[in-house]
Amino acid sequence: MIRFIAIRLIGAVVVVWIVSVVTFLIFQAVPLLSHTNPVYFYTGKVPFKPGSPQLLALEHRFGFDLPLYAQYWHYLSGILFGQTITDGVSTPIPCSAPCFGYSFRQNELVGTLILRAAPVSLSLTIGAAILWLIGGVTVGTVSALKPRSAIDRIGMGGSLAAVSLPIFFTGPILLLIFEYTLGWLPDVSYAPLTQDPAQWLRSMILPWISLAFLFAALYARLTRSNMMETMGEDYIRTARAKGLAPRTVVVKHGLRAALTPIVTIFGIDVGTLIGSTVITETVFNLRGLGYLSIQAINQQDLPVILGVTVVAAVALVLANFVVDVIYAFIDPRVAL
Amino acid sequence: MTSVASDPRAASSRPGGPFLSVEDLRVHFPTDDGLVKSVDGVSFEVDRGQILGIVGESGSGKSVTAQALLGLHKGSKARITGHIWLDGVDLVPASENDMREVRGSEIAMIFQDPLSSLHPFYTIGDQISEAYRVHNKVSARDARKRSVEMLEKVGIPNASRRYDDYPHQFSGGMRQRAMIAMALICEPKLLIADEPTTALDVTVQAQILQLIKDMRNELNSAVILITHDLGVVAETCDQVLVMYGGQCVEKGPVEELFDKPEMPYTWGLLSSMPRMDRVRQTRLTPIPGSPPSLIQVPKGCVFNPRCRFSDRVEGDRCFTVHPDLLPTSPRHEVRCHIDPEERRQILLTEIRPNL
Repeated sequence: MIRFIAIRLIGAVVVVWIVSVVTFLIFQAVPLLSHTNPVYFYTGKVPFKPGSPQLLALEHRFGFDLPLYAQYWHYLSGILFGQTITDGVSTPIPCSAPCFGYSFRQNELVGTLILRAAPVSLSLTIGAAILWLIGGVTVGTVSALKPRSAIDRIGMGGSLAAVSLPIFFTGPILLLIFEYTLGWLPDVSYAPLTQDPAQWLRSMILPWISLAFLFAALYARLTRSNMMETMGEDYIRTARAKGLAPRTVVVKHGLRAALTPIVTIFGIDVGTLIGSTVITETVFNLRGLGYLSIQAINQQDLPVILGVTVVAAVALVLANFVVDVIYAFIDPRVAL
Repeated sequence: MTSVASDPRAASSRPGGPFLSVEDLRVHFPTDDGLVKSVDGVSFEVDRGQILGIVGESGSGKSVTAQALLGLHKGSKARITGHIWLDGVDLVPASENDMREVRGSEIAMIFQDPLSSLHPFYTIGDQISEAYRVHNKVSARDARKRSVEMLEKVGIPNASRRYDDYPHQFSGGMRQRAMIAMALICEPKLLIADEPTTALDVTVQAQILQLIKDMRNELNSAVILITHDLGVVAETCDQVLVMYGGQCVEKGPVEELFDKPEMPYTWGLLSSMPRMDRVRQTRLTPIPGSPPSLIQVPKGCVFNPRCRFSDRVEGDRCFTVHPDLLPTSPRHEVRCHIDPEERRQILLTEIRPNL
């Protein structure tokens, strides 16, 4: 078990490292290919004439005159050990590990921006994930047990509709109904869970529903097909032949096996969503990681883009690692 | 243990008679292509301590018959008619709830492929204990003790340690032993073994059959052994029922059926079986053609498209009239239009020399 976890952990670290190298190189290539001075992507302007000694000094200050590997090491050592940010004029800003650099556009450390946005993304993704898992699995199971029945047709028809409806459609509709028409949720501005749980819940409930709606539909279809396959397995016949109650047969013997592959997909979905709920965030005016990255892209704020990309990759790798470990517990055939 | 006989909800009961008596059992499945008559009027009896073999090709209705006995078709679209008298109680009209009481405790079943029939995510021991605890109110510890005993009884070494193993950690033969332990843990009065040795290699087959016989002796259970392997039947069974196209075409005591078979299909089965006690022939004789569609069953005798002897019957009765299952000797019944005298003659002159 420990060996298994250790191997997976080493694998996860290697993947994160590769992601950091690749993203770093890509973002190095952007200034090069667009013939733009890299200083522009950090400060939003090139204040001196090309070739002037002031610009060269600035490039030197940012380290753009160093070879690529040295620049990468500078970036990596910042993440690992922290560094001190200085533009040579203002007071140097200490930036402890993991330091993703400084956004001159927003005048804040990238780490601070991410730390402010991450709880929003986490709240949104995890809450929605719980909702869609429960909803999707329930609808899928009920449909699978009575294939072709009215309830199956309603469930599957509904989920087809839900898959087809984008969040920028369902979101505003929900807002229209619950906020503007019924007035049940008059103020949906975000508050952190730790400060005001009630307001946090109020602000999250509609985003959860609209995000979960889409995914619940996918999970319902997935659960249905897995469950139908499982219920045709020989061991289900054995369970019935033992005289077990239908409920035990379905839940303990059927769902247990049908849900195992869904765990994998669930992990990947949650990991991916943490950095990419930008549409939901935009519709509901939430400032999560998706919003942060879109804002950074619009402003061509390279340090922020780089930081969010690495953090999102870490989230995905971490989610996959957790799934691997969970999988080893729920499927005894996985070699430990 | 719940007894069906004492259950007031049981629709009908009939004291006396053989332990298990199946009368005119029909299992029909309505499908988009038509009505599939998987089992079409099968009758047989088994007493406690007896082993009945049901033989036939794939798709002849053997397994469907077995699953009908357990009521496993309840809740599906299958239409089941006839009677299944178990200890004087008819199981055909019984509700799913009543059948659940019967499954495992009165009738237990073991299946063909023990790997796919065991749940991959639960330990062998958990699955056996579960079978015990459905029908007995005991603590988890007592159930474990009982399961370990049962595993020892079916010949699993280190049973108390292997209790916690998963099915994939068992060998094929051991898995089938575990399945047998699971089936017998509530001491059922009827054990149905659906091709219990088909997925196992030959050396293990003999051990499993011996185990089934031993357990039959110990519990005095009635056993139904479903197989397509006539060797298994000859070795194990007291009575044999040959099924073809969802119908019983011949049945009788095992010695008589092997010694004096009278139905052309049985002849075909015997001719296609390798035998050690006869002079070696150059080739085994296969039965030409393939089993009939259970939707479009041939008119007349179900076996007529593949029968070499239909010219021995006057006119075209084989193709127009469905033959009845008629006694040819006190305990031997045959479904064939050929005159009994002529059948015996064909057996002596044309069939036996080539067996």
